[in-house]
Amino acid sequence: MSAVHVSTKINGDDVEFVCRPDESLLDVLRDRLGMTGSKEGCGTGDCGSCSVTLDGRLVCSCLVMGAEVGGHEIGTIEGMAQGDKLHPLQQKFLEGAALQCGICTPGFLIAARALLERNMDPTETEVRYWLAGNLCRCTGYDKIVRAVMDTAKDMRKAAAKSSAKKPAAKKSPAKKTAKKGARHAA
Amino acid sequence: MQFAIGQPMPRTEDPRLVTGRGRFTDDVVLPGQLYGHVLRSPYAHADVAGIDADEARRAPGVVAVYTVEDLDRAGIGDLPVLVRPKNRDGSDLFCPPRPVLARGRVRHVGEPVAFVVAQSHMAARDAAELIAVDYEPLDAIVETARARDGNAVQLWPQAPGNVALDWSIGDEAGTAAAFEKADAVVEIALVNNRVVVAPMEPRAALGIWDGIDRRYTLHACSQGAHKMQKPLAEHVLKVAHGDLRVVTGDVGGAFGMKNFLFHEYVLVLFAARQLGRPVKWTGDRSEAFVSDTQGRDHVTRAAMAFDAQRRILGLRLDVTANIGAYLSQFAPFVPTSASTGVLSVVYDIPQIFAHVRPVYTNTVPTDAYRGAGRPESNYVVERLMARAARIFGLQRDELRRRNAIAPEQFPYQTQVGFIYDCGEFARHIAMARELADLDGFEVRRAEAMGRGRLRGQGFTCYVDRCGGGGPDMADLRIDAMGNVTLFVGTQTNGQGHETTYVQLVSARLGIDPGKVRVVQGDTDVIAFGSGNGGSNFAAVGASAGNVAVDRAIEKGRRIAANLLEAADVDIAFENGSFEIVGTDRRVSHAEVARAAYDPAKLPRGEDVGFQVIGTFKPQGPGFPNGSHVCEVEIDPETGVLELLRYVTVDDFGNVLNPLLVDGQIHGGIGQGLGQAIAEETVYDPESGQLLTGSFMDYRLPRAGDLPMIETHRIAVPTARNPLGVKGNGECGAIAAPPVVMDAILDALSPLGIEHLDMPATPMKIWRAIRDARDAQERMQP
Repeated sequence: MSAVHVSTKINGDDVEFVCRPDESLLDVLRDRLGMTGSKEGCGTGDCGSCSVTLDGRLVCSCLVMGAEVGGHEIGTIEGMAQGDKLHPLQQKFLEGAALQCGICTPGFLIAARALLERNMDPTETEVRYWLAGNLCRCTGYDKIVRAVMDTAKDMRKAAAKSSAKKPAAKKSPAKKTAKKGARHAA
Repeated sequence: MQFAIGQPMPRTEDPRLVTGRGRFTDDVVLPGQLYGHVLRSPYAHADVAGIDADEARRAPGVVAVYTVEDLDRAGIGDLPVLVRPKNRDGSDLFCPPRPVLARGRVRHVGEPVAFVVAQSHMAARDAAELIAVDYEPLDAIVETARARDGNAVQLWPQAPGNVALDWSIGDEAGTAAAFEKADAVVEIALVNNRVVVAPMEPRAALGIWDGIDRRYTLHACSQGAHKMQKPLAEHVLKVAHGDLRVVTGDVGGAFGMKNFLFHEYVLVLFAARQLGRPVKWTGDRSEAFVSDTQGRDHVTRAAMAFDAQRRILGLRLDVTANIGAYLSQFAPFVPTSASTGVLSVVYDIPQIFAHVRPVYTNTVPTDAYRGAGRPESNYVVERLMARAARIFGLQRDELRRRNAIAPEQFPYQTQVGFIYDCGEFARHIAMARELADLDGFEVRRAEAMGRGRLRGQGFTCYVDRCGGGGPDMADLRIDAMGNVTLFVGTQTNGQGHETTYVQLVSARLGIDPGKVRVVQGDTDVIAFGSGNGGSNFAAVGASAGNVAVDRAIEKGRRIAANLLEAADVDIAFENGSFEIVGTDRRVSHAEVARAAYDPAKLPRGEDVGFQVIGTFKPQGPGFPNGSHVCEVEIDPETGVLELLRYVTVDDFGNVLNPLLVDGQIHGGIGQGLGQAIAEETVYDPESGQLLTGSFMDYRLPRAGDLPMIETHRIAVPTARNPLGVKGNGECGAIAAPPVVMDAILDALSPLGIEHLDMPATPMKIWRAIRDARDAQERMQP
């Protein structure tokens, strides 16, 4: 099997790597690029620990081949904070202790971010169904769901404040885009 | 920002974990490391007539292939059994040999047969398929209930009838006499389903051999580096403890299972020594299903005797516990003394007798899983109480209140070996009744009925036994600028130990939490430790940390007295500084720390530097306890269940950080709920194949399965440790199975359904409803 040369964008950076055709994107991230924030919990797309975004879409990186990401944009946990400034979801997870062992946490954060980008006002049921593709064995999901709801609330407040200042600013994305099962479509 | 003990301080672990910078075992990569892959038995029971690995050895990228002959030649020992209870007749426990790679016979699907080491994981995996193993399949037995049958396949000739151990506790004659005089006897037969532990981090290990220092290093996800080091060095590698360094970084969930020394940890060290290069093994999820120790798996017949006032006279159990094909390290302890020690739950039970027989089957060995036997015992007693309440027509809380041990009965000697030191059981029963609105339930049931839904309410009490282990230690060092580093023998697996140590030390020393660092999980820098298990952390580990702080303050007072030219006894430590009592003359913590490194400023005989060690071993365990209530609704057309409300009233004694404790109770309930409604490990009874070998076949609870949990607490502190903490890690997993099953059976009671075993899946509920309706139709003309 000859190696494949791939040019892609990860967290906004241009990245080139060489991988074998049988390597998953998760293998590439962890073993070739040293980005170990994405985790393998099952390797079969059942647990969501390896969640990343591919052109903004939530996918399991264990189900995407490394060789097929050329020309696409990948978002991983390593790109979620801006330097020392945590993403509001990370901040809320931290404040509410919405994690325990932390191995599934990067996947939950990436999945939750993908939800809030589509729906800034999710109901508890919508949050629970959206996150149903991510398994956590430690928390019983309670504080994770709370943290996502609380973040959404803060983001709505912030959006309302900024739209009050700038009347021309667009409203948050429509709520309708968040549908059950519309995730992990890789 | 400073937090007092008892306040919800955010976790110090989390900045690294929310940014993907946790350092889990598989995240450790060393230059030149090789990758190992384990070839596992595809048969539940077979003789291994021969192994031909020549082709695999020639495959691309392969460096070596090992079988048991290589291990035996190198003098590698078998995996040990660390707890060895005796049989009822006084005879010793038989411990079957458990080789690291199969020696002539395999006894469960997934048993390691050969180890391939290659330049990449994929190469090792591919080469494993080229190994030709000559298996001669044998019949298998996997069912717990059938293992003792006369015609069942025998696993070990030394264990006739597959009985690994014949064990009992309590007064058999006294219990029989109690049943003789009973007004009513309630009986039950229960299956406690086998569950897969399934931490989200699969096990992983990295073995290193240092040819210059002639010593091993193992990176492994453990529940305590020292707990891993001792049996591995002594029994398997046969080297001095110091010739094996064990390092454990962040651990992605453990729940009892990562306590144990597994085959792969030996294999990576053995291969590293043979090859002179680091060898990494990372299990995938399929391997976890057939190689991680599993939990529960009891078949129990039990009975409870009551007098005319419905007070309990006696309890008796006959337990068959499936222990798998071999004895895992603590396995013989789990269904026996670990389990039966809580059989009195929160009740005054004058006679108890339990006969427990762990049995061998061709399945993955079972061992400790969150609660290790206590969930099993609580489940039996609470299912009996629920059934008794229904039969007697008593409110579910009333029967429990009537039998609860009263505060004036403490210390209470149970009939199963332990003394309960304190508790206010009737209080949390009454609180749970109020908070969950037991009185308003029938209105809600009727309203649901109007919508075509079956609504049920469950009630349970529970008791756990925690924090009786140890000893553990905390080595507290303060640098010349006043920063503290605490080296601890415990091991966090996600519970947030690091946070609690930081909170304790910073609150008591009056310093910023940012100036306290915690080091755990390295046998080279920590003298000893008991790791994590049985909710020992707060009672034992944090208590040791507390002792270390006491000693740091004592040393600080001696140094401050010298600096201030006063007597030790006149120095008080307040708000981060040492002062002469009744004066404004004081020195700060930082000034004392600086002086500690300057011999000229120290009193005569005082050690230079600042290092103190605290150790702690409690007088006995604590007994956290509580009442949980939940409500469910069932759609009778589909059997689909919805958990609507879950209310807890728990007594964990003092709580050091409510944020962490809530997390423990939530997570335990998640696991207990999983066991009650979804999780079931299924082996094919003919072939012994594991039929539930992936997350598609084995259903873990997902976010949509749970409601928000309403947690309430009372605090009745124990005096068995200085912090007054009782532990809490297992409590949710103990309480949730009986309370959820009680709610389901309550919902189904209008149809006359009296019994279901876990897991109550939609299919099982739907079938029970259909059968009940068919029976009702047949009754009507």
